[in-house]
Amino acid sequence: MSKAKPRAAGGDSLRSELEEPLLTTAAEERVSVATQWQLMWWRFRRHRLAMISGAVIIAFYLVAAFADFLAYADPHKTEAFRSLIAPQPIHFFDEGRFSPHVFALIGKRDPRTFKRVYEPDPTRKVPLRFFAEGYQYKFLGLFKTNRHFIGVEGGNAEELIFLLGTDQLGRDLWSRMMVACRLSLLIGLAGVTLSLVLGVLLGGISGLYGGAIDTLIQRVIEILRSIPTIPLWMGLAAAMPRDWGVVQVYFAITVILSLIGWTDLARVVRGRFLALREEDFVLAAELAGVGQMRIILRHMAPSFLSHIIAATTLALPNMIISETALSFLGLGLRPPAVSWGVLLQDAQNIQTVALSPWLLSAAIPVVIVILAFNFLGDGLRDAADPYG
Amino acid sequence: MLYNGVIIRMVVPLLEVRNLQRFFPIRRGLLRRVVGQVRAVDDISFQINKGETLSLVGESGCGKTTTARCILRALKPTAGEVLFQTAAGDVVDTAGLPKAALAPFRHQMQMIFQDPFSSLNPRMTVFDIIAEPLLASGVRSRGQRRQRVERLLELVRLRPEFMQRYPHAFSGGQRQRIGIARALALNPSLIVADEPVSALDVSVQAQILNLMLELQDELGLTYLFVAHDLSVVKHISDRVAVMYVGKIVEIAETDRLFKAPKHPYTEALLSAVPKPDPRLRSERIVLQGEVADPAHPPGGCYFHPRCAHAIERCRTETPALEEVQPGHQVACHRARELTLKGVGARR
Repeated sequence: MSKAKPRAAGGDSLRSELEEPLLTTAAEERVSVATQWQLMWWRFRRHRLAMISGAVIIAFYLVAAFADFLAYADPHKTEAFRSLIAPQPIHFFDEGRFSPHVFALIGKRDPRTFKRVYEPDPTRKVPLRFFAEGYQYKFLGLFKTNRHFIGVEGGNAEELIFLLGTDQLGRDLWSRMMVACRLSLLIGLAGVTLSLVLGVLLGGISGLYGGAIDTLIQRVIEILRSIPTIPLWMGLAAAMPRDWGVVQVYFAITVILSLIGWTDLARVVRGRFLALREEDFVLAAELAGVGQMRIILRHMAPSFLSHIIAATTLALPNMIISETALSFLGLGLRPPAVSWGVLLQDAQNIQTVALSPWLLSAAIPVVIVILAFNFLGDGLRDAADPYG
Repeated sequence: MLYNGVIIRMVVPLLEVRNLQRFFPIRRGLLRRVVGQVRAVDDISFQINKGETLSLVGESGCGKTTTARCILRALKPTAGEVLFQTAAGDVVDTAGLPKAALAPFRHQMQMIFQDPFSSLNPRMTVFDIIAEPLLASGVRSRGQRRQRVERLLELVRLRPEFMQRYPHAFSGGQRQRIGIARALALNPSLIVADEPVSALDVSVQAQILNLMLELQDELGLTYLFVAHDLSVVKHISDRVAVMYVGKIVEIAETDRLFKAPKHPYTEALLSAVPKPDPRLRSERIVLQGEVADPAHPPGGCYFHPRCAHAIERCRTETPALEEVQPGHQVACHRARELTLKGVGARR
């Protein structure tokens, strides 16, 4: 059929020409074809604090992976003659030459208090060697070796160097802190993974189906969140059988921590689903006959994946600090497991804090890691929606 | 149909809407009990013939978009029929069919969205956006999809080289063209355009409207054009339906409706259209009061509290949509006695 309709002003040609090519520079063209992840990376890179934090976190996980290599003394070996030694300063230069060394210690008994005291002996220098031999361990769980980052030549490092001092039972604190990284950082990852699975699954169902299921899940979340966490954890931890091994307790603690942790993620996921369900591009896909599964995977998931990564990063420090708090209270990991919380258990009374403050040094990595995760999470959250 | 041995092809409209209703329940309290209904679309009927453009106009909240979405079955109508003539010539009631049974002809009705920003997935390239309906309809070969997308981009006057870009690299008007290309991907017969130009600059509006007119000529498309701006409607539509609080109050051919409106509400809308001539002092009819609440509509004619011509009967009796002249239907008790002022008489 032919119709003569008046054309709106502005379109004077009968058949409008192809759109002019967009005048773009190479840099703009690069942005035009950049994927979501590229845009996010470009934006994230501008967040300096988050970049630094990311590097710090990678460094911490490297420490966890190579903990035994960085330690120089067996973290479990006790020795009554070396209890509560103060941190030993390292001297880097010897008569103008670079030659890191520490002074050997002489253990004496105070004639008045009968307490053991250690005094450096400036005449006996103990030179430090890199890649020296020490106690035997399995490198990355693959093969046995006895090489360590630092050690002493021809002597036993355990008897000679105490970079961060020792605890009451004479175990070297530096070595224990290296090894503690492993459990403390991994429990965060394991707990968050579990929360993530629960949160995405339940939040997704809640947001996608709505109705009665949604109401039920939301009420469960509200009830779970209304329970004060410390008493809940204490109750659950107290219910754990005393004869469980380190590994069993470890997994039980992970489960307990993620029991609360998933609720935040579930809310984030539900919110994103509810918002995305109303998006026009989702309706367009539906009208085009695109299947439900493809709509979820292709249209919805990419838009909230970045938010989930950010939310996960912000959930990790909570897990780590919860583990530390539980273990500090004696309800989480128990010796012989070594975690930051277990280390801090030794610093529970004012006497030890006053007389041997180095026992508190395990709090330093906790603070650094938590801050780094928070900054990283902030950076990721800002970068998460490059189209916002 | 067979009549006296002669096959007579009955003229079936492409789309016929009969007594369409869509209510939204109002839920309150802990148990989410239904305490009322918002009558978003309340018993409307109209038809669109093949190749025609029908515009649906009205203030925001009057149920235009809900009507459009019910026709596309993005929303399930509460009651009523939506009779659609498929490409095979059958007439199906899309309102009554279960979603699964709808699939075979769903692609024959497509939508152009109001917001060119939220209607394109920012995480997909232009190629992926336009090719998605093709993929969903089973075009497996990437080469074929590519060819079709190139053709579609040319159809909407965009350069095929832009295919690998993401939507954020385009302006509003260009994005709307991408949205049109996506709607055309599956060769639909009916296009429901939900305020396709109201988010665009005036200069770009004209380009998009002209493009839509050209495409209609080239591809024989039928449009249901939802708008709130009568000056836009005038250029594109064959017929116009005016909605007020979920009901159609007047429906007529475009020229007739503009020149000789029969409903006081239409007159008021027309008086608000800006006139290009600054010497013309517009006599704008400013309606008193608020738009009626579709959850608690007033009795009688919904428009009577704001109507200058209301009489006692208007307060008690709801007017039905009646034909006052061939092709001109009005829902007003006084349609025959009132002389209302239109626009465009000087054209």
